[in-house]
Amino acid sequence: MVKYIIRRLIFVVFLLIGVSLLVFLISNLVPSDPVAANMSPTAMSDPEAVAVYKAKWGLDKPLYQQYFVYLSNLLKGDLGTSIRTGNPVLEDLKQFFPATLELSIFAMIIAIVLGVLFGVISATHRDKPLDYIFRTISIGGVSVPNFWFALLMLFLCYSKLGIFPGGGRLGSRSTSPSGGSGLYVLDGILSGNWGLASEAFSHLLLPALVLGFFTMGLIARQTRSNLLEVTSMDYVRTAKAKGLPGGKVITRHALGNALIPVITVMGMGFCNLLGGMVFVEKIFSWPGIGQYAYLSATTLDFPAICGVSLLIAVIYVVMNLFIDILYGIIDPRVRYS
Amino acid sequence: MKTKIHMPKILKQKNFLFKLGLCICLAWIFIAIFSPLIMPQDPYAQDMAARFQGPGTAHWFGTDELGRDVFSRVLLGSRVSISAGLITVCITVVVGLFYGGIAGYIGGVIDDIMMRLAELVSSFPPLILAMVIASALGPSIFNSVFAMTIIWWPNYARLMRSMVITLKENEYITASRTLGASHVRILFREILPNSIGPLLVMATLDIGNAILTFAGLSFLGLGTQPPTPEWGSMVSDGVSNMNYWWISTFPGLAIFSMSIGANFVGDGLRDYMDPKLLKD
Repeated sequence: MVKYIIRRLIFVVFLLIGVSLLVFLISNLVPSDPVAANMSPTAMSDPEAVAVYKAKWGLDKPLYQQYFVYLSNLLKGDLGTSIRTGNPVLEDLKQFFPATLELSIFAMIIAIVLGVLFGVISATHRDKPLDYIFRTISIGGVSVPNFWFALLMLFLCYSKLGIFPGGGRLGSRSTSPSGGSGLYVLDGILSGNWGLASEAFSHLLLPALVLGFFTMGLIARQTRSNLLEVTSMDYVRTAKAKGLPGGKVITRHALGNALIPVITVMGMGFCNLLGGMVFVEKIFSWPGIGQYAYLSATTLDFPAICGVSLLIAVIYVVMNLFIDILYGIIDPRVRYS
Repeated sequence: MKTKIHMPKILKQKNFLFKLGLCICLAWIFIAIFSPLIMPQDPYAQDMAARFQGPGTAHWFGTDELGRDVFSRVLLGSRVSISAGLITVCITVVVGLFYGGIAGYIGGVIDDIMMRLAELVSSFPPLILAMVIASALGPSIFNSVFAMTIIWWPNYARLMRSMVITLKENEYITASRTLGASHVRILFREILPNSIGPLLVMATLDIGNAILTFAGLSFLGLGTQPPTPEWGSMVSDGVSNMNYWWISTFPGLAIFSMSIGANFVGDGLRDYMDPKLLKD
């Protein structure tokens, strides 16, 4: 087990080098010009200003040198300086990451709870109206364009009905708490500031619901098909034959085994969540990594793009490692080889 | 051994959602082909006097901020959105098929190197990679499709490789090799036809996803450029005019319906071809 984890961690290092190399190559192979993307046309017409700019960001050095400079800085924990914001990328990430983390944790909780529930209802009512309804909801989850769904929910729940607050992490009159974990709900609870916690929570709920909807669909579909497969097995038939009520057969015997493959889907869903984040954060004015990634990508701010990509790759790999380990603990049939 | 899809047989089965999905997809493809003939108005014609009109008899889906007819634009928009999704999936299937097929067939070190490369691409956050490529190459339909192809092919390569690895151990392959068949023949005439089924299911399930992603890139301003009507960019037209809900609601519904239709069809195909789910 320990050996397995160590081997996976070594793979992570190679993966990160690969990701950084990939971003680096794209940033140099594509026919784009970060100078043109970040300087005004008037400044561009001045060759001296362009030269100063290039020297400042190391754009005048040969390619492989640029990469090694980048890599050695990376090892020192220096991700470079964002061309767009002018701040160190690491600082930017530290600033924006808690907002994204808070949003994705809540989205994931919503996705798992609703996904498993809908999947179980669907499977236990196979080919009945309830099955069709929940299958449609879960296929709807993976089919709905989340940018549109986000807009629709914002329009309905905020503009029309007024039951949810608008965008942002807190109301416009509230100031964000300094220090703490950066997770406002948690910070509010820990410091006993219940007003802050509930305000942050009410701002969090709608974007988390929109974001989690896709993953909910994935989990519900997987739960349904696994549960159908498991319920056709002998041990479930035995449980039924010994007179156990239907509900207990599902919760005590079938569900546990049906949920094992769902764990993999949860990992996949979490990674999908990170993609959907770009849209949801943009529409809900959520100051997180998604918005940062979008602005960095469209302005070709490569140090920032690389930083974001590395961060997401790390999350991705750690998440998958965590799931693999969890898999081994829950299901003794899985052996690490 | 051959997995063949007998369309009539699948249609005979009791599978309401599959048939519904098929109808939706066929309807949209019909609309995409014949949209110039069935559009009630010119989707490019601006009429500032009629801007922001709600849905009514004159404009079924209302008008946008330039007074253009949203209904006509949704109909014509189907062309770009659907074809971008279909083309992306077609290219990725072909690329993945060749790449994974060759890697799996050759095996050994070359397989290892090829698959590590594929893993590298797929370990990259897909939407961010697509955004970077699309914005670096300049926003256009072609570049968005290209970006999506780059992020998607590894999935097909992996599936194809695993199919080839299992299939190439079969006796009929050994037989064909003994008869002196060339590698190309074995790979494309013997192995490929037997692995097309799962690839097809994966591709059908991906069409909805591709349409969503393309619409997303257009929504972010990285796909279609104005004034070309396209569903994703039409949704983004509505962002700054939230109170005129129809501007983004109808194109969004169009994306949703096409994507859910494709998913219904993909699900139906998968259930049909997966004997495990048909057991009881």
